[in-house]
Amino acid sequence: MEFSVNHPILFVLAGLLVAVVLAQSVFFLVKALRRSKELGMDQKKLRKTMVTAAIFTVAPAVAIVISVMVLSKTLGLPMPWLRLSVVGSMSYETVAATNALNAMGQSLGSGDLNAQQYVNVLIVMTISIMLGIWLVPLIGKKLQKGMKSLANRDAKWADIFSNALFIGMIAAFLGFVFCDVSRLWTAENGIVEVIKEGEILTYSATSGLIPVCVMAVSALVMVICGLLMKLPKMKWLSEYALPISLVLGMAAAIPITGWLG
Amino acid sequence: MKKMSYLDSVHRDGTIWNLSVMVLLLAFPVAVCVIFRTMPEWNSLAVGLLATAPLYWAVGAIETVTYVPMLGAGGAYLSFVTGNISNLKLPCALNALEQNEVSANSEEGEVVSTIAIAISSIVTTLIIVLGVVLIVPLTPVLQAPALQPAFDQILPALFGGLGVAFVSKNWKLAVAPVLLMLVLFIFVPALDAGTVGIMVPVSALFTIGIGRLLYKKGVL
Repeated sequence: MEFSVNHPILFVLAGLLVAVVLAQSVFFLVKALRRSKELGMDQKKLRKTMVTAAIFTVAPAVAIVISVMVLSKTLGLPMPWLRLSVVGSMSYETVAATNALNAMGQSLGSGDLNAQQYVNVLIVMTISIMLGIWLVPLIGKKLQKGMKSLANRDAKWADIFSNALFIGMIAAFLGFVFCDVSRLWTAENGIVEVIKEGEILTYSATSGLIPVCVMAVSALVMVICGLLMKLPKMKWLSEYALPISLVLGMAAAIPITGWLG
Repeated sequence: MKKMSYLDSVHRDGTIWNLSVMVLLLAFPVAVCVIFRTMPEWNSLAVGLLATAPLYWAVGAIETVTYVPMLGAGGAYLSFVTGNISNLKLPCALNALEQNEVSANSEEGEVVSTIAIAISSIVTTLIIVLGVVLIVPLTPVLQAPALQPAFDQILPALFGGLGVAFVSKNWKLAVAPVLLMLVLFIFVPALDAGTVGIMVPVSALFTIGIGRLLYKKGVL
């Protein structure tokens, strides 16, 4: 059979795998919902949780679709479709594909892949990120048991421990938002040159402030939502506060980038 | 026979699902080989794997240990199959815990985070399917230069809102780690988008240390 990166059979194979992953999500959703009824949890509240989760997911998921579009130009559509529906990301898949092709004396985007190159790229992508998928079954139970026994011994400390993990993660990402602020004082003549994948990219000195301003807008929107939620008529806002701050932050990025970029 | 607890059944089902998905993912390249009558080029494959796998396996191991206690059991099995943990699944679960006012360590918390992560996974998968089906008409719209800044800034837009919600409720715990991360990210040039994943466990360990100290002193 003549190979092409967009061969219909590849769509069928990727589609089957995506269907299995979807089935796993549905399975766990049903299982958790059943358990919630046994525990006598407020079903109305849970329905709201589901609505919030769905709305919140839309914008990040559209960003993933954009990554699929970008990668499909060199790798065809089925491979990025599958890869970004399971663990992976645009930057990871690009690195993996580049490493696989470089080892064959090729480079990403230098022409259409043949079947052998396609298989090599696919195997490198699949295996190199396949750790968590089997490590969770291996050590997940032990880690969870550890948390559980901590909670049994000292419930208050266990809550602080969980909160510390969450805060730790958020602090790291807040720090990341500021990582290019140093362009303000490292810039020469108001311009910073960054070498990325062999290309020289130029940024303005103030470009590092873009993510900071976007974050500030999103934080401000959240504060306003938090205040409005206290009004009895505005209680419904609590379901939408996070998605609203996300989308308004993203929208603000457009004028802010025009201004500081 | 003793009835299996909910959590034990989550671990059993999660193990079956994850290992099955893993086998299927590995079967994809095998199927391509069989159908198109080709074989991998083994030497280049070894070189390609050596250049890629050790780094990502190390990161994966750290991520597993860091994220599993935050995601809950059901959420962890799902998240490590469907990915996008720090930018999507975990914020989704955190927000859901917050909304329902349940502790992450309770069984209610386990159920809530599993529901949020499952819904998020389902919606993501379906939106990608939609994107693949409609790629021709959608490409010029989504890749319009005017919209690019919005998608470039998705993480700051996400963590601004999430940060306010979480930091305001735990501000005593948050001051030190936030300050430390700000200083590190501003003044250490090596810290950027590529290394933020490595800084998550560093920051988490530091915050746990601070938490222990404040707890012992009776501040928390």
